[in-house]
Amino acid sequence: MREPYRRSMSATTWWLSKRIYVLFMLRELTSVLIAAFLVVYLIQLAQLAQGAEAYTAFVERLASPGWIIFHLLVLIAALYHSITWFNLTPQVIILRRGEEQVPSIFIAGSHYVAWLAVSVVIVWVVVGN
Amino acid sequence: MAKSSITLEVFRYRPEIEQEPTFQTYTAPYHEDWVVLDALNYIKDEVDGSLSYRWSCRMGVCGSCGMMVNGEPKLTCAAFLKDYYPAPIRVEPLANFPVERDLVINMDDFMHKLKDVQPWIIRDQEKPVSEGEYLQSPAELATYKQFSMCINCMLCYAACPVYGLDPSFIGPAAIALAQRYNLDSRDQGQDARREVISQHEGVWQCTFVSECSVVCPKDVDPAGAIQQAKVSGAIDWFKSVLMPRGSQ
Repeated sequence: MREPYRRSMSATTWWLSKRIYVLFMLRELTSVLIAAFLVVYLIQLAQLAQGAEAYTAFVERLASPGWIIFHLLVLIAALYHSITWFNLTPQVIILRRGEEQVPSIFIAGSHYVAWLAVSVVIVWVVVGN
Repeated sequence: MAKSSITLEVFRYRPEIEQEPTFQTYTAPYHEDWVVLDALNYIKDEVDGSLSYRWSCRMGVCGSCGMMVNGEPKLTCAAFLKDYYPAPIRVEPLANFPVERDLVINMDDFMHKLKDVQPWIIRDQEKPVSEGEYLQSPAELATYKQFSMCINCMLCYAACPVYGLDPSFIGPAAIALAQRYNLDSRDQGQDARREVISQHEGVWQCTFVSECSVVCPKDVDPAGAIQQAKVSGAIDWFKSVLMPRGSQ
């Protein structure tokens, strides 16, 4: 007699069953904070279009503790997202020299180097000028 | 004679006598060099002949004895009792598949998906045998060798939450095997496989949880294979948009 038994998976709580699933969900959820940051950033740009006065008032409002905590959380989320993604790049980008595969550390490492270079340029533009 | 014993809590489902599965507790002798499969074989031979499960080679090659051991997909021939002793071990059928009986899952879905990706060498035109074999350099072999190590044990499907939530997903092993043949210098079947691989239920359903690669007993890295297939799929798509004639 055949009567296959089907076990169900909870669509809402499955990710709580394993550490790797939780870390995956955290990586996915970082995008919510980053999206929220981009909305704030777009509003900031809109204020800039309104003129210097509106922009200064908006930036002053961002100096409140609540907004600083928000931006710190966004920074942590962006770092977590970037670092976990960069660490996954050797699984996606496979480069070969003949029979040898270019070691993972060079693939992930090149992303960190590029990140550092872009960050240095941004710091130079923001602080240096 | 074993000095001590170990407890196994085994998933039982006998459709002719019960509608819901239960757990049955068995005691097996504990030996340091025994694996979970040895304990199951002891139970089957000495304690309860009605217990059903699949196994064959006992050395991590046939891919038959995959089960959930304490909630993790494992080849039971490679899961040593000493890594769990003295705590009891919970043995269940592979997750995400229907259960036929006890620890035996129904693998029809996987078999159909495997066939759908055409995991064999496809040639536009077979050359006559008299012309000899299709030659391949060690470098060409190296591009796909890792993916060719798959033993179809389905641990990756049991680890994949995407497949668990939506069984229409083609899944890790089938896509890794499609990639294995797509990367083979002797193969010309990329176009034939594209329809299955590039559809929504193919690579794009994967969210890169990566647990499939963690549980793979052969280090195939199916998660990597899927992401690499996404990259090739995206490049092909851009080529077809930018050079609609040139890509033919």
